[in-house]
Amino acid sequence: MSFLPFAVAAWLFVVGLYGIVSTRNLVCAILSLTVVQSATYVLLLGVGYRTGGQAPIFADIPQVSTAVDPTVQVMVLTDIVIEATVTGLLLALAVQAHKRFGSLDPNELRAVRD
Amino acid sequence: MNRRVRLSLFAVAAAGLSAVLVIGMRGLPAFGDYHGVYGRVINGIGVTARHATDLVTALNFDIRAFDTLGEEFILFGSVLGIALILRELRGEHERLEPHEADEHTFAGASEALQVFGLALVAILLAVGAYIVVHGQLTPGGGFQGGVILATGPLAVFLAGRYLRMRAIAPHSIVELGDAAGAAGYVLVGIGGLVFTGVFLKNFLPFGIPGHLLSAGQMDIASVAVGVEVAGAFLVAWSEFLDQAIVVRARQD
Repeated sequence: MSFLPFAVAAWLFVVGLYGIVSTRNLVCAILSLTVVQSATYVLLLGVGYRTGGQAPIFADIPQVSTAVDPTVQVMVLTDIVIEATVTGLLLALAVQAHKRFGSLDPNELRAVRD
Repeated sequence: MNRRVRLSLFAVAAAGLSAVLVIGMRGLPAFGDYHGVYGRVINGIGVTARHATDLVTALNFDIRAFDTLGEEFILFGSVLGIALILRELRGEHERLEPHEADEHTFAGASEALQVFGLALVAILLAVGAYIVVHGQLTPGGGFQGGVILATGPLAVFLAGRYLRMRAIAPHSIVELGDAAGAAGYVLVGIGGLVFTGVFLKNFLPFGIPGHLLSAGQMDIASVAVGVEVAGAFLVAWSEFLDQAIVVRARQD
């Protein structure tokens, strides 16, 4: 069972890629990318976990308690911010693509001719 | 390339990728068998050295504060990108229909939703401010609290009052908040440069662990980031909502 979190991370990564490849809608492709990124959250938190560890917040537990690694949690926080910004930028591009091509199907997109 | 070819190509590639991922992750220490030195050191000395009880925030706004500077400017830059991509194109203009000019009515917003949405605004703002200023004590901080703060004006939109949302959070104010928050974080860093000679090094008294005003620069940095994140999300949401509601293709 100790491999399970890493297997979940690998599964999320591949299933998100499948979503990107198979979709017929750009918004769905962008949301699939967020699934790919959530694999990194699971992986990072899995790497930092310590058996029996508590959250690294010592407001209500003794300072000598066993706690999980706070470093990876900071990286996950950064990761979430990046995901939000990347998703926002891609959705903005999808809005403009829909205006120009009248469709959100990636197959309908053609090189811009002006 | 048609869909069938693409999917079969992906099936081969995904099988290979999965194999590589599993082999690679097999090489990691088993789940729960943690050997990192850095995390252990932080957990051991964090509270004593930084007087913060939430060590995630201590890392975020003090020990690895320089990384947060980069993270913050990624957010700033990408919101700038969203505003740039969603600007008015040739052949577009901002227009509100006369019947929409009073207020945009969100289709399907019942009276119960409107009342609840407006009642939620004050609660959201209070929770957001609480999360921002208590970051160094309990889970939270500028990023998390900033997003909650930004949902306050969004609740006004959910209540079906887009123009009221623009009145509460006009573009100029949220853009100013975004920029002022980003600048505020840099100013905290420059304070460290002036008073200690090191950029982003803590220059404020640490105080007593567990107190609201403790952990030195973390509280101020957290408030700066909270203002920036709230501004950044509101700029992005306003741009998207403008696309849906205000920007129209020129008819002529």
